[in-house]
Amino acid sequence: MRGVPGGPRCRGNVGAEAMLVLSGIAIVILGFALRLNPLVVVGVAGLVTGVAGGSSLTAVIETFGRAFVENRYVGIVWLVLPVIGLLERAGLRERVQTLITAVHAITTARVLLAYLLLRQITSALGLNALFGQAQMVRPLIAPMAEAAEERHGPITTSTRMEIRAYAAATDNIGLFFGEDVFIAIGSVLLMKGFLQQSGYVVAPLDLALWAIPTAICATFVHGARLLLLDRRLKRMRATAR
Amino acid sequence: MITLEHVYILTGAMFAIFAVGRALDRRSARRWRSAAFWGTYALSFLAGSHLPDLINGMLLMVLVVLAASGLASADAGAPLAERRAAAQRNGNRLFIPALAIPVVVLLVSVFARQLHFGNAALLDPAHATLVALALAVLVALALGYALLRVPLLAPLREGRRLMEAVGWAAVLPQILASLGALFAAAGVGRVVGQLVTQAIPMTNGTVAVVTYTLGMALFTIIMGNAFAAFPVMTAGIGLPLIVGRFGGDPVIMSAVGMLSGFCGTLMTPMAANFNIVPAALLELPDRNGVIKVQIPTAVLLLAANTALMAVFVFRR
Repeated sequence: MRGVPGGPRCRGNVGAEAMLVLSGIAIVILGFALRLNPLVVVGVAGLVTGVAGGSSLTAVIETFGRAFVENRYVGIVWLVLPVIGLLERAGLRERVQTLITAVHAITTARVLLAYLLLRQITSALGLNALFGQAQMVRPLIAPMAEAAEERHGPITTSTRMEIRAYAAATDNIGLFFGEDVFIAIGSVLLMKGFLQQSGYVVAPLDLALWAIPTAICATFVHGARLLLLDRRLKRMRATAR
Repeated sequence: MITLEHVYILTGAMFAIFAVGRALDRRSARRWRSAAFWGTYALSFLAGSHLPDLINGMLLMVLVVLAASGLASADAGAPLAERRAAAQRNGNRLFIPALAIPVVVLLVSVFARQLHFGNAALLDPAHATLVALALAVLVALALGYALLRVPLLAPLREGRRLMEAVGWAAVLPQILASLGALFAAAGVGRVVGQLVTQAIPMTNGTVAVVTYTLGMALFTIIMGNAFAAFPVMTAGIGLPLIVGRFGGDPVIMSAVGMLSGFCGTLMTPMAANFNIVPAALLELPDRNGVIKVQIPTAVLLLAANTALMAVFVFRR
């Protein structure tokens, strides 16, 4: 890996030269704050960082291109869209709505709470690829959560969007605070490898065990927020009537 | 053996079909720009492994320029009445293809090591879950055709509609991951680590713990990835101060430190695949809608992590 020119010399005190490589971060923060197209912001930040780090423009484009191709696996998830599109065309959302309307005990929070637990437990068992935003939240979880509220009558667009945002957030939180309980997940292996390099030999099992307290906190904190969402939805129904 | 490369070719073929579909739609505005965007992305999937780095970099620049110039908006979906009628007709059979995806992913990833074709493994074991996802999609499509009455081209047309609703945000996670590689090559992490350690006087263990957990979250917010923040913060603060000077436990420090980073992931648009892409996928008008909902949970959990570490890391 190419280093900052004079990198080792500026240990202890950060030199002006070294500070230059932070220009990419500044561009990212500024670009996102000004709500410019993120793709452009990230592209420019990458080029500037590379050049500031002492590489030629061609070399930076090469590094960028190599990394882009190596990270193609991130795009594989889009393969599910034709299936989801097909099912939505065939009436999946409407079917979910019909079924949810028939079950009286169901509320938005209960749907999402059940999904939070399911996502945490499956991730803790190493099955973090089982569910996800494209294959689960869009076709099933979000429509279920919306339909649970629609049982009480039509809902406003802003309420619908808030429920959808909560559905997406629940997937993320269940995943993040479940997966580290599994011993062979990337982050646990990264920690073990890094500590080993630094001279500390630790067992993945111990690292995974110490992810449990935070996982339990996450269940309670996000679960409580979901129940608060239910109460807010109920209040809004009462005032709308 | 079915490898990641085969999955890339399948994905590339899908994007190529989306590009052709858009190009053939004579009524649409900006159809050539959009067709070029999805076509370029398709080329990167189909040929990326064989093209020189410079060409791959150029393709990336083309994607950025096309995205900036504005892409075509997605077609309207089928009318509600039509979907309701379809729902009535198809009933609970609709759930079979939907649930087939997780079931097949589960089965294939569990049994990946046992499946053989002759002497060779049938699936590349290093990428079992990604290959499993691709196989699950094919199984679900086959079930969809078998069980539901749908037009032949519906998956491609509806798939393109959803993809165009997501738009350029589809490429953002991959570009951000590449930016991480450029940051690493230029030594951004080291410089930030030095700045943080210089700025705060570490007089006792609790100050070091608070700096470490908040630093993990903050650095993750900037980089979009806790994996990038962990080595920097742990080498800069965690190991020399919490473990070295104040005698803390490296296991508790690392485990809770990483989870503090995850709190940062919940709060940043830089973690696009978790935050920006779902907002696009669920057609939220506010790009940051998911982040806004996540911030309270993230802040509370960050506080919980900091307290956990402060209480337990020094008890051995």
